[in-house]
Amino acid sequence: MGGLTVNTKLLRQILVGFVRDEVYKVGVRKGVLGLSGGIDSALVAYIAAEALGPENVHAYCMPYRTSNPESEAHARLVAESLGINFKVIEITPMIDAYFTLTPDADNMRRGNKMARERMTILYDHSAAVGGLVLGTSNKTELLLGYGTLHGDMASALNPIGDIYKSQVWALSEAMEVPREVIEKKPSADLWAGQTDEQELGFTYREADELLYRMVDQRMSREELVAAGFDAQFIDNVHKKVQGSHFKRRLPIIAKVSNRTIDRDFRYARDWGK
Amino acid sequence: MDFTVALAQIKPKLGCLDDNMALAEAAIEKGVAAGADLVVFPELALTGYFLKDLVPEVALRLDSPQMEKLKKLSERISIAIGFVEVSTDFRFFNSAVYLEGGEIRHVHRKVYLPTYGLFDEQRYMARGERFRAFDTRFGRIGMLICEDMWHLSAPYILAMDGAMTLICLSSSPGRGVTESEGLGSAAAWQKLTTTTAMFLNCRVFYCNRVGYEDGINFWGGSEAISPSGEMTDRGAILEEDFVLAKVDGGALRRERIFSPMMRDENLAITVKELKRIDREKGC
Repeated sequence: MGGLTVNTKLLRQILVGFVRDEVYKVGVRKGVLGLSGGIDSALVAYIAAEALGPENVHAYCMPYRTSNPESEAHARLVAESLGINFKVIEITPMIDAYFTLTPDADNMRRGNKMARERMTILYDHSAAVGGLVLGTSNKTELLLGYGTLHGDMASALNPIGDIYKSQVWALSEAMEVPREVIEKKPSADLWAGQTDEQELGFTYREADELLYRMVDQRMSREELVAAGFDAQFIDNVHKKVQGSHFKRRLPIIAKVSNRTIDRDFRYARDWGK
Repeated sequence: MDFTVALAQIKPKLGCLDDNMALAEAAIEKGVAAGADLVVFPELALTGYFLKDLVPEVALRLDSPQMEKLKKLSERISIAIGFVEVSTDFRFFNSAVYLEGGEIRHVHRKVYLPTYGLFDEQRYMARGERFRAFDTRFGRIGMLICEDMWHLSAPYILAMDGAMTLICLSSSPGRGVTESEGLGSAAAWQKLTTTTAMFLNCRVFYCNRVGYEDGINFWGGSEAISPSGEMTDRGAILEEDFVLAKVDGGALRRERIFSPMMRDENLAITVKELKRIDREKGC
């Protein structure tokens, strides 16, 4: 499909330039990221290593006891291929200590807690090494809301947030991310056997084809149906996008003054940089 | 006359007038040292682009110390540069100033302020109200700021006002990464600059900035276009650059002999028909 096919050379140039420029202008030289063993964080590691130099990239693998051991092996493989700094920090003690207080918590609460635990570790290390936290959420999962607010969705900069999962695959091929990482099934790895596509109920490729037309091309529902998309699938995806919009926005503020932050007090984040 | 134009493809810092003045001065010195006669800067070169509420804080009056400094520098090289202008009645304009021989020769206030998609200019700035060509030592010039050029009437008016050189100052965000070789926005601009030159038998100097603001890239690719619509010089894509383009003065004369569209252009018909349309629309 034409629209999702990208010139990876140009995309790489823009994303590498983005990381370098936006990190340097803050006055630091380093990037910090969580390396899960999956393709999104692997790709961000590749982009960051090219932008900042491998010695300036600090990657952390943060497994829980139920995490698939293959994930850590793949994270290590990526780190070693690039020569970036790599450390494994187990989150089992912190997570288990917390859930002894509420042992009945379901998988979603546990998964979100783990994602937020990892976030606090990354931000702590960002202060420790003097680097910015790099986001690893792609456009598909951001639009579907398939991520944890203030967890894996939290970052200072996100180089891949405007590229769909299919484009993540294409760019990863071009940047020579290890084959094992590209080819495995995407998984949040929050519990054993979990896969994204199983949980979502459709494949990323299907979602990307629809989202590209719905979001980027602004095709109407009628046009999407005419293009061959199942009406129920369209409605399901649209509902996910709308229902998760709060995750993509800053908290809303009750307005009482004449200049309310982000409403009529408007400055770019790069103000003065 | 033959002359050399320098296209200063700089990376301004958002909201930092002093830093950007220093960048501009360095580029001017570089132009002088390289023997350039004219140096062109991007739109909002002295301020950066996504200013939002910073607009009033970085605005300059035409009698500001910065403008005095630029006037002084223009004794050595002609300068076209973008900035935020504040008028005496406190309106803020996205303006371009042309300085030469120690004086301000012309100020163009951007007429078409894009306010759609990622753009929000009209929320923060006032709209300019005219397109006028002006005389310089390189002949008559017309200035446009970025979006102005996307309105056919704008370069047309300048050409009918006698401009033979069009200078376009730009801060064009890069977008549209597809399977094509270049960015969608770059390809569209390249079509526009060359076609405009060809239609109006004018030279076009297009200067676009680079760098990132809040994740949005500016793609550079500044260009000099000959009056026949050929791109003669182009700056790097997405990287800072300083393009020195030698302008063959005779090319304009030859092009206007070869394809005398401007000679044959009938201003009277155009005006008559536009007046009729205006009348019929009840504007």
